[in-house]
Formats: sequence, structure tokens, C-alpha cells
Amino acid sequence: MKILLRLTVCLLMLNATYSNCQSKMTKIRGGEYIPLYGRDSMKVSIKNFSMDVYPVTNKEFLAFVKKHPNWQRSKAIKLFVDESYLREWKSDTVLNVTQKLNSPITNISWFAAKSYCESKGKRLPTVDEWEYVAMANKKMPDARKLKSYNKFILSWYEKPKSYNQTIGSTFKNYWNVYDLHGLVWEWTSDFNSVLITGESRKDVDTDSNLFCGSAAINATDLMNYAAFMRYAIRGSLKAKYTMKNLGFRCVKDN
Amino acid sequence: MKSIKYFIPLVICLLLGACAKNNDKVSSKLEYQCPMKCEGDKVYTKPGTCAVCKMDLRPISKSVKKVLSDEISEESIFNLTSKWNTEEGKSIMLKDLKGKTLVMVMIYTTCKAACPRLAADMRNIEAKVSKEYKEDVNYVLISIDPKTDTPQKLKTFAIENFMDGEQWTFLQGTESGVREFSNVLSVKYKQISPLDFSHSNIISVFNPQGELVHQQEGLGVDNKETILKIIETVKK
Repeated sequence: MKILLRLTVCLLMLNATYSNCQSKMTKIRGGEYIPLYGRDSMKVSIKNFSMDVYPVTNKEFLAFVKKHPNWQRSKAIKLFVDESYLREWKSDTVLNVTQKLNSPITNISWFAAKSYCESKGKRLPTVDEWEYVAMANKKMPDARKLKSYNKFILSWYEKPKSYNQTIGSTFKNYWNVYDLHGLVWEWTSDFNSVLITGESRKDVDTDSNLFCGSAAINATDLMNYAAFMRYAIRGSLKAKYTMKNLGFRCVKDN
Repeated sequence: MKSIKYFIPLVICLLLGACAKNNDKVSSKLEYQCPMKCEGDKVYTKPGTCAVCKMDLRPISKSVKKVLSDEISEESIFNLTSKWNTEEGKSIMLKDLKGKTLVMVMIYTTCKAACPRLAADMRNIEAKVSKEYKEDVNYVLISIDPKTDTPQKLKTFAIENFMDGEQWTFLQGTESGVREFSNVLSVKYKQISPLDFSHSNIISVFNPQGELVHQQEGLGVDNKETILKIIETVKK
């Protein structure tokens, strides 16, 4: 009897820590670094902030749309989402049987992600903030020059359906943040600051180093290629687009 | 009892009379004009044909204007709830601009390269859209640098660029409001130094319900289609 009781207590505690983890944030100490496409190769300085340890999950987003019905599939307006918004869901408030509660939420637009973060008193990270945290591996804050780090990212790009995995299934990085590489792409607040699409090619000349893939072709190492993929995706997105492998996480100013 | 019998028709008569009077008032407000303006700004009180070119007269009075419904569609930018300051220091939401065709562009006033040309493109469009539609079109310039571009700065820019008329509106938003709106317009921008941004050059046309109908990309491009779309949305 006693064992059984202990076991249930243990399980309860485990469960409690587990569910706490989901919206847990971790502090990121600011600093300076040169992003792949830095502002004219200048150092970017990042202030201290906190970041969600995991991407937002199906479960969390489900709770959000229950509380904010205007973001349910049938009610979200066309200005903010495209046709494939939450397409896999069974209904407005029910997940599909194949979708796990602890898998990252995907098929959401930038507007939806932004609104989710704001409802929690948070915001989406900037491109610079996201890249700053994502250049860390398990041990180092900037592992971009390591072959193993880049190989891991590139091997993920080849892996199909990684969005079906659950959160926390990749490595915990230097900042105690999970899943920046390996599960899903993530929205950033100023993703549309990447000027590499049609109209920019015509008339924005300051970013000539950004397009035509020249950066990737000339890249001497894998590092640029891995990051180039992320910037290319950002440059091709519009805010109402939704994608099967595009999720998000939130950050907060300290 | 008898008095009531007389009273009822009397009341009905009075009511009908009142109605008839109202109708008179409405129709007397209608004014007609030759679409070719053969006789200048001459207006007629009754429908008919132009004395010079024999074309059917067209109503010009405001009272025949379509009545806009309060409903806005899912695609309308009036769904956005961000707050903006105009160059006159007024605080507004986008839905306050409802009812007129909107021609919008994102600029910043310290810009030396593309923005003066974008502003010139806007002035060209404004000049080419017939005066007849002047009241129906609002030209809106939105700053992508809300920190620097205060309402005062925008007002100065408006005066310097001869864009200070009633038909011009300049907007200062919040940083997140501007970012959100740029995403609605699919405009990309990035701050490259404290006073400098790179940005895409897009002029967007919205109908009076706030739905996007046309976008013109690039600098100094042929604006024929843009003007056509503006007039189309006004006429609808």
C-alpha cells in the first residue's frame, strides 16, 4: 500500500514538473555577435531577455484558441491566416488523432503566433535574438564554426516530418533552451526584414549580398549554408502564411 | 364616435403629407451634370441629356452616394486595432479612414534615396486622378521610423513636399503596429543604421471597405493601372 502511495506521489510530482516545464522560460545573457547577414557586417548587440525553453505545443495552442475563439480555425479572419491554418485539426477545438499534445504547434500564421505571445504578456523574438540563442550547442554559446553543430542542423533539413516529434526531443543548448534546431522552423517578429524576395531584388540595392544564392554558393563552410536556409525561408514568407513545419516560441524582456 | 371616424383619415392624410414632403426634399437634393462637362461646372436639377454633347446627365449629388454598410469583410485592414497619430496630432485607428479609397505607401522622412521618389510617385498618381474624385480618395503615407517621425516631423515633411492638402494623411504608429501593418502590405523593411532603413517600394490601393485591390511595385513605374484601379473603386 505504502509503495503504491509513494508511487502515485512520485508520479504526481513528475507530472507537475513536466507541465511546469512547458511554459518555462530561461534567461539569456545579452552580448554582441555578427549574424550571417549582419547589418553591413556589423556586430549586433542583444540585450538580456528570457526565452521559452520549448516551442509552443499543440496543447498550449489548443488552450489558447479555447480562450480566444477569434483564433479558432473557422473564425480566424482571412486578413490574418491563409486556408491551411490549423488544417490538420479535427475541428475548431479538437486535435487530430495523429497529433500529439506535446508536439510543437504548426500551421499557424505570424499574426496568430504574435497574438498568442501577447496573450501571455510576451512577444515573438527578433531574428537577431533568435539567431543569437540558436548559435549555441550543448557547451558553447557560439558553436557556429564547429562541424558537428552544422552537420546536426543540415541532417535535420533532410529528415521528414520532424514536426511530429515531441518537444524536448533534441538537445538542450548552452542557454538551457531546447529544440531550436531539429523540430520545426520558428516565426520571428521581424522576419520581413529579410529583403531577398522579388520586389526587393528590383529596388533595394543595399542587400545585394543577400540574394541569388550567391552567399550560399560562395560559402566556404557549412555554417553559412545552414543559416542561409533559415534566412531564405524567412524571406519567402508572408505573415498570413501557415506551414506544416513552421511553429514559434515567445520571449520576454527582463 | 363620429369624430373619430373623421379623425383617422385626417391623421393618415397628415402622415402621408409628411412623407411626401420628405421625398421632395431628397429629390431636390439630387444634382445632375454632363459627364463630359461640356458646360463647365453647370448643374441640372433634373435628369436629362447634355445640351451640347447629348450624353445622359449623371447624378453628382452626395445624397445618391452608395451607403456603406457597417460590416467589414475578413480581408479588410479595418480589422486591425493598432493606434496611429496623424500629422495634425489626431489619434486614430485605421477604421476611421473607412469610406474613401486609400492609396498607401510606407516611407520615412530622413530617407534620402527612394522615399523622395516614392513621394513623387504618390504626387503623380494624385495629380492624374481626376479632380472629380478628389473627395473620394485619401493618400496615406505611413512612417516606418515611428521613433524619429513624430507628428510635427511628418507635418513639416508634408509641407516641404507639397502634400499638405486635405487628401493627404501621414501616420505615426507604434513599432509593433508598423511591423504588423507592413506585413499586411507585404512590405519588407529593415533598419540598417539609426537613421537609415532599407525597404521595399510598394504603393497599395484599398477600396473604401479596406480591402486590398492593387499593388504597384518599384520606383517610377508606369502608374496607369494604379490610377485605373483607384477610379474603379471610387465608382463602384
